[in-house]
Amino acid sequence: MPLGSADLAAIWLTLKLASLTTVILLIVGTPIALWLAHTRSWLKGPVGAVVALPLVLPPTVIGFYLLLFLGPNGAIGQFTQSIGLGTLTFSFSGLVIGSVLYSMPFVVQPLQNAFVAIGPRPLEVAATLRANPWDTFFAVVLPLARPGLITGAILGFAHTVGEFGVVLMIGGNIPEKTRVVSTQIYNHVESMEYVQAHWLAGSMLVFSFLVLLALYSSGKTKSAWS
Amino acid sequence: MSSSIEVRLNVDFPEFAVNVDLSLPGRGVTALYGHSGSGKTTCLRCIAGLEKASSGFIAINGEVWQDSANGIFVAPHKRSLGYVFQEASLFAHLTVRGNLEFGFKRIAAGERRVNLEQAAALLGIDHLLSRQPDKLSGGERQRVGIARALLTSPRLLLLDEPLAALDAQRKGEILPYLERLHDELDIPMLYVSHSQDEVARLADHLVLLSGGKALASGPIGETLARLDLPLAMGDDAGVVIEGSVSAYDDAYQLVTVRLPYSELTIRVAHAPLGMETPLRFKVQARDVSLSLRADDQSSILNRLPVTVTSEVPADNAAHVLVRLDAAGTPLLARITRYSRDQLQLHPGQQLWAQIKSVALLA
Repeated sequence: MPLGSADLAAIWLTLKLASLTTVILLIVGTPIALWLAHTRSWLKGPVGAVVALPLVLPPTVIGFYLLLFLGPNGAIGQFTQSIGLGTLTFSFSGLVIGSVLYSMPFVVQPLQNAFVAIGPRPLEVAATLRANPWDTFFAVVLPLARPGLITGAILGFAHTVGEFGVVLMIGGNIPEKTRVVSTQIYNHVESMEYVQAHWLAGSMLVFSFLVLLALYSSGKTKSAWS
Repeated sequence: MSSSIEVRLNVDFPEFAVNVDLSLPGRGVTALYGHSGSGKTTCLRCIAGLEKASSGFIAINGEVWQDSANGIFVAPHKRSLGYVFQEASLFAHLTVRGNLEFGFKRIAAGERRVNLEQAAALLGIDHLLSRQPDKLSGGERQRVGIARALLTSPRLLLLDEPLAALDAQRKGEILPYLERLHDELDIPMLYVSHSQDEVARLADHLVLLSGGKALASGPIGETLARLDLPLAMGDDAGVVIEGSVSAYDDAYQLVTVRLPYSELTIRVAHAPLGMETPLRFKVQARDVSLSLRADDQSSILNRLPVTVTSEVPADNAAHVLVRLDAAGTPLLARITRYSRDQLQLHPGQQLWAQIKSVALLA
């Protein structure tokens, strides 16, 4: 068996983390993208920049600040302790929060592009056909933004699978709790277990290639991303 | 005033203002005519609620859609209107049937006065129902757009230059359908256009817009004949007359049309038509010449006794534009200033108008 039980646990945890993060990002990212696509507020620039920060920041920077905020003396940490949740650092929940922030631009930007591409006209048409704004969103906007939704979901998932720095900073390396594939590879290399490292790293390589191949081979989703 | 459309709008956009106060007939086709930038599309969008006028009052046959003085602004999706956009703007994710059903499904069953089969048949799109919008021609798309708007059984149909994005051939393909809507449905229509040709064919009432203001609003025949409007100046100037068939000459294939308000008739080459069929035709000012005598030794078929009402200089120094009265029906004649002086034209003068050609519109 080339993959040990610790490796399988790491893979399982990674898939769980990436799936949950993607679902949360689609729910949270859609209103943000919708707002960014349609607003004329001066806040558009600042909010867009904040969402895009993870594209340029080293993951350790995000991880570092999350560690401070979520930790026992941080603002969020104090809050979670006061409501009896304890601190979220070095927990799976903490990883989810970190991943959501870290992968946010990969979901929001394709969605925003898709919403911008739809333009105001279909919304006006829907209004003249008696659809209220919520109805319009579900019956017109979401179906027309489908390529952007698919692209965002794939990129958000794949990017979460590939994260390392943020995980290491706020999750540590706790087996079955916060140890994901990328940190498990790091462990193998540290322990000079190159064969195991090869198996995991190779799987990641093949997985990432297949995801991107699917993305770039499909004309529809490509246009929403570029 | 319950059977009418009241529109008072004040729009103050940074580089654009619209101020109109219109009282329009609650039935038939009203054309909002003007050049681009005249404010006609803005008026239509405000009536639909897609744009919010800074202040205004909009009531459609008694139903108030906006009344700024009393803080009333009905959201667009709560207004019983159909809107046909310049580009058909069909939903790309739905089939033709899906597009047609979109509005139909969203009105109460009791309010449905048009069903899908009727609308599809009226616009000749029955065979396209399972297609995707991107598999349709421009003319077909626009017909689906019109049918989709009709299927909400609106109290008012708004059409924003529905033919402007189409080439001449496609326009010719759609105009008959629009005429059918006019003839077969009792839904008032506001039709925005910058094409005199479309207006002449479709409109019963004409509003002339310029620089965000209404220069004129009145029945089409009367308004087109007004000499004080820029309408009369163009090479296209002329009047629209609605008459009815009073006889048919089988031997010569000529239909006789009686003018409204009088027993005067004109004759036009046409296939046989039933008695009393309403006919709309345009007489262009440049096709009308004037003569002091009834000249029956001429190939010109139509001669009407007329009275000179008034005259104005035309858009060039060589011509004048003369308004005539043919027993209640206004006519325009564009003649040279030289001829005017030769005939010693003056208001009240009685003479003969010779009509060189008549364009049947519907």
